Amino acid sequence: MPPPDRRAFLLQTGKLLVLTASAAAAWDYVMAGEPEKTPDYDAAAHWWAMVIDVERCIGCGLCVRACKTENHVSLEPDCFRTWVERYEIDPDDPDHPHVTSPNGGYDGFPPVTNEGVKTFFVPKLCNQCADSPCVQVCPVGATFQTPDGVVLVDKDYCLGCRYCVQACPYGCRYIDPETHTADKCTLCYHRITRGLKPACVEICPTGARSLGDLKDPNDPIHEFLRTHKVHVLKPQMATHPKTFYNGLDGAVR
Amino acid sequence: MNAVDGFIYPNELELQWSVLIVLYPFITGLVAGAFILASLERVFNVQAVKPTYRLALLTALAFMLVAPLPLQLHLGHPERSFEMYLTPHTTSAMAMFGFVYLWYLLAVLVVEIWLEYRREIVLAWQGSSGLTRLGYATLALGSKNISPEALRIDDRAARLVTIVGIPSAFLLHGYVGFIFGSVKANPWWSTPMMPIVFLFSAIVSGIALVMLMYLAMTWFRRVPVDMTCLDTIARYLLYAFLIDLSLEVLDLLHRIYEADESFKTLDFMVHTRLFVSQIVLQIIAGTLVPIGLLAIGRHAADARLRRVVYITAGLLTLIGIFAMRWNVVIGGQLFSKSFLGYTTYKMAFATREGLGVAIVLLILPFVILAGLVRLLPPWPAPGRP
Repeated sequence: MPPPDRRAFLLQTGKLLVLTASAAAAWDYVMAGEPEKTPDYDAAAHWWAMVIDVERCIGCGLCVRACKTENHVSLEPDCFRTWVERYEIDPDDPDHPHVTSPNGGYDGFPPVTNEGVKTFFVPKLCNQCADSPCVQVCPVGATFQTPDGVVLVDKDYCLGCRYCVQACPYGCRYIDPETHTADKCTLCYHRITRGLKPACVEICPTGARSLGDLKDPNDPIHEFLRTHKVHVLKPQMATHPKTFYNGLDGAVR
Repeated sequence: MNAVDGFIYPNELELQWSVLIVLYPFITGLVAGAFILASLERVFNVQAVKPTYRLALLTALAFMLVAPLPLQLHLGHPERSFEMYLTPHTTSAMAMFGFVYLWYLLAVLVVEIWLEYRREIVLAWQGSSGLTRLGYATLALGSKNISPEALRIDDRAARLVTIVGIPSAFLLHGYVGFIFGSVKANPWWSTPMMPIVFLFSAIVSGIALVMLMYLAMTWFRRVPVDMTCLDTIARYLLYAFLIDLSLEVLDLLHRIYEADESFKTLDFMVHTRLFVSQIVLQIIAGTLVPIGLLAIGRHAADARLRRVVYITAGLLTLIGIFAMRWNVVIGGQLFSKSFLGYTTYKMAFATREGLGVAIVLLILPFVILAGLVRLLPPWPAPGRP
């Protein structure tokens, strides 16, 4: 066996080092967990919001799948942190929209069969309400709002009384069949506290979803909100949602 | 898979609150109603209902002991329920239940029953031996003083407890109504009428239950029924029912006339999925028929006929109030908060929240009551001053 040549050795070692370093960095992101593990993150310096651009959603369902994978959400047909609805509205009968969300839009949607109807997709997720009824009703405070405006559930404290599920006007909560506690969208808190985007935002191929920091004056969300006519879901509930919809049809509930 | 009509949010497929949560307001309602009937004699001096006073208290206690069980069984983590006492979340309408419950159980019901029975407990203590003696000695808290002066103080204290107890009973059940009535996300529940409707339906159900228990007790003991007592209870049942009906009609008229965004959805639900339980059982069989029976039947000259009328009206009342709880709790979860569709409730039998458990929980208070009646006989003790 010939002695190893120095150039090849250095090349091999260099590759190994780069690979190990990137694997370690990737692993760090994979294992990104509770905010206390990110000591540099100052929760009080942020106020998170989401912008959904209805016109851009193509109903591919990638966000639903990414969310379930990233957050280990049960594949049961009634466990969704995010889902996509398709509205089909007959202009002659706008009060009775035909709405579908097969398995939450997990596998996308079949082609529209009705001709001459207005059709669009509406991605749904927790609205991270500033005045959350779910936080209000939790009898032990297991559901709480973080200083950066995200509503979270402490699974080690939740009784599983389901009052919060009843109190959410948007149907955004469910009971995790594994833990028997309430579960909901966390805006991928383990990711956003590491400077990453939520999984659904990251994967959306059309940029229909974007995360914004209302406390960051340089965040493009300010420009977007200033230049677009946005709406929130069920404003009459006075929950002050922080999920803003651009191009939302009045028929959407 | 549950049958779905129209569109519901995906997470709405399964109902969150089962038949056990139907039992919860039903049972606490019976407690509150029974206590309020008992207080008629103690506070308002309605002597005619005296034969039911003790029975009403024991009935209230038996049902009160069972009241938290359906909640406990329903929780995803029953072992954490004590956290509600340790770290109650002050903005939650539910967080106070434990305190309201304990207050009513320990500061009102148990104290009043103890004061009422203290004389008999002491006599039983003195007249028994062995373990029974020890048991009664413990119940008497070691005091043998049953002098006329002591009994007079007992009586005054019990009256005071009842005076505190009436608002407490109102609080207990009005509060249960508030737990539902304050959920703004749910238009079927969200109304300030809910606590007061719950309260009066509770009074109705409690009076009906005590009336039936009194008849059962006289039948078991083979003693004649005090018809003055029975007629008086039936009269109060009718009055309470008329108030209850007026409140519910007011709520209904308000909903129909206002016809807000949820109205068509709820109206359709009442005429389809809730038709049997709401229109047939609650309104017709459980409200209008018993009101008619009580209003007309109480004028019958024949005492036997009156008893039959009262028994029929009482049973129908209990079915109607149970249906009312069902329609509130289950009905409030059958429609989507999108107002675009409906789901169904499939009740299992042999599961933790199934029909089997519900039946056991409904029988259990009667078993407890039988034990209480043995321990503390509710009929007036001979020679009581």
